Amino acid sequence: MAKQGTAMRAALKQVLERHTTDKSELIPIIQEAQDAIGYLPEDVLLDVSRHLNVPEAAIYGVATFYAQFYLEPQGRHRIRVCRGTACHVRGSAQIRPVIESKLKVKDGQTTDDLLFTYETVACVGCCALAPVMMIDDRYYGRLTPEKAEAVIDEYMRQADAG
Amino acid sequence: MMERRRSTDGLWTLKEQVRARPEQQRVTLSVCNTGCRALGSVEVLAALEEEVRKQHAGHSLRLQRTGCHGFCEVGPLLVVRPQGVLYVRVAPKDAADIVAATLKGEVVERLLYTGPDTEQPIVHEHDVPFYKHQTRLVFRHCGRIDPESIDDYLAADGYEALAKALGDMTPQQVIDEVLASGLRGRGGAGFPTGRKWQFCREAPGQPKYLICNADEGDPGAFMDRGVCEGDPHAVIEGMLIAAYAIGATHGYLYVRAEYPIAVQHLKRAMADAEALGLLGDNILGTGLSFHLKLKQGAGAFVCGEETALIASIEGQRGMPRSRPPFPAQSGLFGKPTNINNVETFANVPVILQRGAAAYAAVGTERSKGTKIFALAGKVRNTGLVEIPMGATLRQVVFGIGGGVPEGRAFKAAQMGGPSGGCVPAEHLDLPIDYDSLQDVGAIMGSGGLVVLDDTTCMVDLASYFLQFVQSESCGKCVPCRVGTRRMLEILTRIGRGDGKEGDVETLVELGQSVKAASLCGLGQTAPNPVLSTIRYFRDEYDAHIRDKRCPARTCRHLVTYSIDAEKCIACGQCKRVCPAKAIEGEKKVEHVIVQDRCVSCGACFDVCPVDAVVVA
Repeated sequence: MAKQGTAMRAALKQVLERHTTDKSELIPIIQEAQDAIGYLPEDVLLDVSRHLNVPEAAIYGVATFYAQFYLEPQGRHRIRVCRGTACHVRGSAQIRPVIESKLKVKDGQTTDDLLFTYETVACVGCCALAPVMMIDDRYYGRLTPEKAEAVIDEYMRQADAG
Repeated sequence: MMERRRSTDGLWTLKEQVRARPEQQRVTLSVCNTGCRALGSVEVLAALEEEVRKQHAGHSLRLQRTGCHGFCEVGPLLVVRPQGVLYVRVAPKDAADIVAATLKGEVVERLLYTGPDTEQPIVHEHDVPFYKHQTRLVFRHCGRIDPESIDDYLAADGYEALAKALGDMTPQQVIDEVLASGLRGRGGAGFPTGRKWQFCREAPGQPKYLICNADEGDPGAFMDRGVCEGDPHAVIEGMLIAAYAIGATHGYLYVRAEYPIAVQHLKRAMADAEALGLLGDNILGTGLSFHLKLKQGAGAFVCGEETALIASIEGQRGMPRSRPPFPAQSGLFGKPTNINNVETFANVPVILQRGAAAYAAVGTERSKGTKIFALAGKVRNTGLVEIPMGATLRQVVFGIGGGVPEGRAFKAAQMGGPSGGCVPAEHLDLPIDYDSLQDVGAIMGSGGLVVLDDTTCMVDLASYFLQFVQSESCGKCVPCRVGTRRMLEILTRIGRGDGKEGDVETLVELGQSVKAASLCGLGQTAPNPVLSTIRYFRDEYDAHIRDKRCPARTCRHLVTYSIDAEKCIACGQCKRVCPAKAIEGEKKVEHVIVQDRCVSCGACFDVCPVDAVVVA
């Protein structure tokens, strides 16, 4: 745990060095810190607070306001199932239960093995291919429940293979 | 190589040099490398690259990675230019044939477009109905240039409008030109762009800021994504012209974080423009300075609202504030700030290049130019389409979109996303512009156009949008935070079959209060999807409330699925797709749905080959 903490501090230090102490740097800083660390642990937010001289409460306020910040450890792969209008009318509601029962997670949760974090998002801007999901930066379009399951199986297989 | 150009003349010479380069002369295979990625265009490009090498075609063929061509439905798309031959649904295995045929000047027939709207395969892109009825002004480069190549943009007359503005026009003349063009904000509200610029130009205070709102958050809209990914320099050029007109020295591109490719292309375009002396200090030797930064959003729909967006750039929670003062007087860091949307900026070079009069010749009396729509939902040809203002909904949905698939009936078009409303079939011949849409209870919005057929339940749709605004409401003002929640509770109750007389009247009354009293645009428009569905589809609400029936058979508490044992062939398909494992039965034993476990998703209904699944 202590070692992990040191590694986090080092990663954060690199991020902070790229930014001034101007308050408007807050969001880019925690975006980059999260990219480097995977989530935003309390210690990291406290360090950011000292760097910018912004109260911890204000930093917590920002980190909890935006959907993309995570205060808990996240899975290696992020599954985002779109529930945009086009996906909604083309059956995204049939995709979600398949994933939820397969991975035993609900919206916003991470699997116990930390392989996947699952969430639904408002729109990934891929409406022409609805229904759509994204895994990390990859888009999977024209999904059916079977297709979604097959995609996830493939990720699991790759994880097992090492 | 890239070096800073010190005059507008330097830019002309560079354009001639770029145009003379061998790769600009070659026959080009343009492949969509953005939207079509979801359909495998990365693999297609790799295969083409390999074939070009194998067939030693490098000297006569150019492989070009472009932005979105628009016709997402039949992607991955490939166009051979300058011939304009369109290949659809291209797979890696087609690469060898495409390269060989193009070298011989032939066409690969099996990859041509054939649609329900055509009798024979169509060779050329411009003859395909999807493209034939469009007017692609803002999209003129999308699918035709490599968005990561400033050379391609220059060769296509890029930055010519900027050179014209800086070389031949005063800032006021630029504003006058934009005013004369009749350009109105494409982000949704439709405020005249020239007037917005004038306010900011006249406001006291330095420095002035310019912001491009690329926080495209409406579910069902992806045109800004298309422009940023496919023609990023056009956005930057539009911003530069605006900066010159307003006197802004600093700018921000605020991009939605869910759009990684847009961020990558914009960053590259900014770096290339800076290297050429088109961004930074003393642009093209004219003394103009403009410093542009890219900020990524962090996932909050309300940040599309301009004061919330400003708060977010300042590093705060993205909450709107009341206006006045307007951002033009006191915006980012308390300084005069002008915010326009991506598509608005992308229109600006077109106006300066063609002249305001020519630009204003397209469109209706009060809405000029074109509008891009994201055509999605129950329509055959989904994708991004650009039409002249004043085209009818029928032309878009049937002419370009090819109509509703599976022989279903057109029910309505949802326009303007969570701020908009539904336009029913009776208004199909309505000319689309800012004012006509407002009259029928919808809005232009950012340009989401989701087609609905008779299987879409309007109560469910209204409830879907309210759920969205409810979770995206920032919580600052009571009407929006509490009002939308109360409305959603009523709608949910109606959808469950627990609606009662008077619910619709309460919804209307609540909706009007939320509209009148909310602080920002999010709340002021949030009730629109409910009000417009009540206006046109009141009978569906009544069916849910009085008869406990969902006419579209969507609301899952009001429908039950069962299997007709006489028709069932026990093939097991429904059992396999059931997400709730609610279907029992073996091979050769008729299947049964266990109602306790059934979630009424309809998957079995869709998949049954003999129509044995019955909905009631």
